[in-house]
Amino acid sequence: MTDILMPALSPTMEEGTLAKWHVKVGDNVRSGDVIAEIETDKATMEVEAVDEGTVAEILVPEGTEEVKVNTPIARLGGEGGAAAAPAPAPKAEAAPPQSRAEASGDPERKPPEVDAKPRPEGEGAAPVTPKVALRDPELPAGVQLVKVTVRDALRDAMAEEMRRDADVFLMGEEVAQYQGAYKVSRGLLDEFGPKRVIDTPITEYGFAGLGVGAAMAGLKPVVEFMTFNFAMQAIDHIINSAAKTLYMSGGQIRSSIVFRGPNGAAARVGAQHSQDYAAWYGHVPGLKVVAPYDSADAKGLLKAAIRDPNPVVFLEHEMLYGQEFDVPEGVDWVVPIGKAKVRREGTGVTLVAYSRMVGFCLQAAEELAKEGIEAEVVDLRTIRPMDIETVVASVKKTNRLVTVEEGWGPMGVGAEIAAKVTELAFDYLDAPPMRVHQEDVPLPYAANLEALSMPSIERIVKAAKAVSYK
Amino acid sequence: MARGQTGAAGRRKANGAGEQPAQTGKTQSGKDELLKYYRDMLLIRRFEERAGQLYGMGLIGGFCHLYIGQEAIAVGVEAAKRPGDQIITGYRDHGHMLVSGMDPKEVMAELTGRAGGSSRGKGGSMHMFSTEAAFYGGHGIVGAQVPLGTGLALADSYRGDGKVSFTFFGDGAANQGQVYEAFNMAELWKLPVVYVIENNQYAMGTAIQRSSAETRLHKRGVSFNIPGEEVDGMDVLAVKAATEKAAAHARAGNGPFILEMKTYRYRGHSMSDPAKYRTREEVDEVRKTRDPIDHVEEMLEKNGWADEATLKAIDAEVKKIVADAAEFARTSPEPEPSELYTDVYTELPA
Ligand SMILES: Cc1ncc(C[n+]2csc(CCOP(=O)(O)OP(=O)(O)O)c2C)c(N)n1
Ligand SMILES: [Mg+2]
Repeated sequence: MTDILMPALSPTMEEGTLAKWHVKVGDNVRSGDVIAEIETDKATMEVEAVDEGTVAEILVPEGTEEVKVNTPIARLGGEGGAAAAPAPAPKAEAAPPQSRAEASGDPERKPPEVDAKPRPEGEGAAPVTPKVALRDPELPAGVQLVKVTVRDALRDAMAEEMRRDADVFLMGEEVAQYQGAYKVSRGLLDEFGPKRVIDTPITEYGFAGLGVGAAMAGLKPVVEFMTFNFAMQAIDHIINSAAKTLYMSGGQIRSSIVFRGPNGAAARVGAQHSQDYAAWYGHVPGLKVVAPYDSADAKGLLKAAIRDPNPVVFLEHEMLYGQEFDVPEGVDWVVPIGKAKVRREGTGVTLVAYSRMVGFCLQAAEELAKEGIEAEVVDLRTIRPMDIETVVASVKKTNRLVTVEEGWGPMGVGAEIAAKVTELAFDYLDAPPMRVHQEDVPLPYAANLEALSMPSIERIVKAAKAVSYK
Repeated sequence: MARGQTGAAGRRKANGAGEQPAQTGKTQSGKDELLKYYRDMLLIRRFEERAGQLYGMGLIGGFCHLYIGQEAIAVGVEAAKRPGDQIITGYRDHGHMLVSGMDPKEVMAELTGRAGGSSRGKGGSMHMFSTEAAFYGGHGIVGAQVPLGTGLALADSYRGDGKVSFTFFGDGAANQGQVYEAFNMAELWKLPVVYVIENNQYAMGTAIQRSSAETRLHKRGVSFNIPGEEVDGMDVLAVKAATEKAAAHARAGNGPFILEMKTYRYRGHSMSDPAKYRTREEVDEVRKTRDPIDHVEEMLEKNGWADEATLKAIDAEVKKIVADAAEFARTSPEPEPSELYTDVYTELPA
């Protein structure tokens, strides 16, 4: 007898619905036969038999919801290698526990956790309600806040801008018919048609160049990279063509273009698919670089980026796509580029971060509070032009600085912040600034090494205590 | 697929019967040879099925792209290769590694990210290599392996050692600009490279008609004067014959050759692609009528070269190899934390 186990659609899936059985007791199955369909809220998948034999027993009837991964769902008689339950991996020391909650249902698997603490929400740092009011455009009285995922907030931003301006269009790999490799452009093809939502071949250098050319001619392209790792194919056009032409043409040729897509490390996707490009693009005059954390910023800043007459590199985070945050409803929500936001007030230490690391900092701040250190968390939101005034104002209050980024440390965003703060607030610093960042190695695949390589809440807490001499 | 339990005979009718089975392509293949191809293809399929299962159990993470359906290409090219010839491909690389002689245990343990893996757990599914097997990876950036493979051929030409570089890429990759930069230099400098395009008709969710102005990919060399040929990539003998011809062309100093292997991937692009962009019927049709393993099985049977007992014995051998590999991949320890910092730079020789 061989048990057939409930499979995972992704490494982060914990349970799903057994939607349909394609076999019944007594049927012969061969490997490769579709035996069942399972569903999560994001996807439906067919389950194929691996082993051969006769269905002896159906243990979980179709229609059953919340079937845990690795639960036996049927039993096969006859020969066939056993599909044994997974033996726990023998751990090398220091491997953190992995949370396997369903994160974002992206087409390609999802993430184990990289931090020391298992979290309720499964991905990233769970949202922590900020202790301060939004320092954003004034909201009209009585405006409703609704929970929206970062993924849908980005889509809504594009849809609203496309409705508003006929020159705005989206192009990239799998953005139209497939609805986006990470489902960010879901529904846009339906609403705007193939002229404005364009599937490209896999040819980043080419379509980024076409995008810049179209922008030079006055259109407002939004160019999606499936991930920013693949934008390295196209970086020449982003820098040499988009960023510099206004200057080289004495102000004649503008490129109002947005390059957007997920940036940074996802989970277990290895060295070539896991990089944070904030520092790379942040280096370049002529570019604006934005990296939002929550849904309101994702929406408001993407709308601002599309309206901006300059090329904007818009760095999203795959691990945030599935997270829900408040977004103001029924208003034209545009968040200005170039303004940081204090997400938590405190007087003990300043934590500066962007994108996913903001969530880590908010969590770290909760930990620190338990130990009597009140951290102030500054969300940069924009990497270039950087709102250094907000950072400096915070450091003047706390006298201590920790920067957090997913990228490598040398020549990084944290290095730039530390230099600026040293220059502008040297006398206020009670300790040398510290940087938390990815270890100075290509990102490894092995779960334990990956966890050791990435910034974690633990490491942020440690750095904050170190600059506080605690 | 299912050689074994239900027996081969019951499924043979699924194949187009009637043709001269042992004489596809241009080669007449002997019994031992055909049995070996059968076994190697079956090994890939069983290995991939097991990898899919381990992924479902959460033992493999990240991206995992299975080779099921395309087995005849890796096996047929390997059959035409000479020792020392190089191989390079993209991320759909498990099959190539298995046929190039790498230990299935090492391959599976790399998939689970363990110390016993071929990259000691640091590469993962998309990034495996073996200098011993002249297997140069294992690359995650679509199209990047094409100039790299052409560079391997530059080294072959530079050294004059008579080797050929077999550079594999997909129909989607065939649209990357760097492919054509490489083509031009390869022909200009008469480099010994065989470009093997594995045209499985889809690049993720994009059918080739939606991405390519010219879908006959073997013609992509025309403007560089590179000869090209379309090959039935579901027929291991056709793959072998075409590869022998292309390799001879390259080895003789005539420059590159393009082989467009028409094939099909049965599974989604990667493990969690629900593949809604094609119908179940389309997949089933290929499985029933063009399956590369069924095809060889049928040839074996028609020639009286393999009875059910022989096939069962092969099946059992392959199953054991795969089961051992899976066990090794489950029990091999995670890499030591100190491995995090090794291999960033090569030490200068003392
Ligand atoms: C430069 C680059 N762009 C995009 C991707 C994402 N991606 C990975 S595989 C793939 C499809 C490639 O299809 P194809 O070349 O036909 O190979 P197949 O997967 O069918 O074997 C895409 C778009 C990538 N890895 N690299
Ligand atoms: Mg393909």
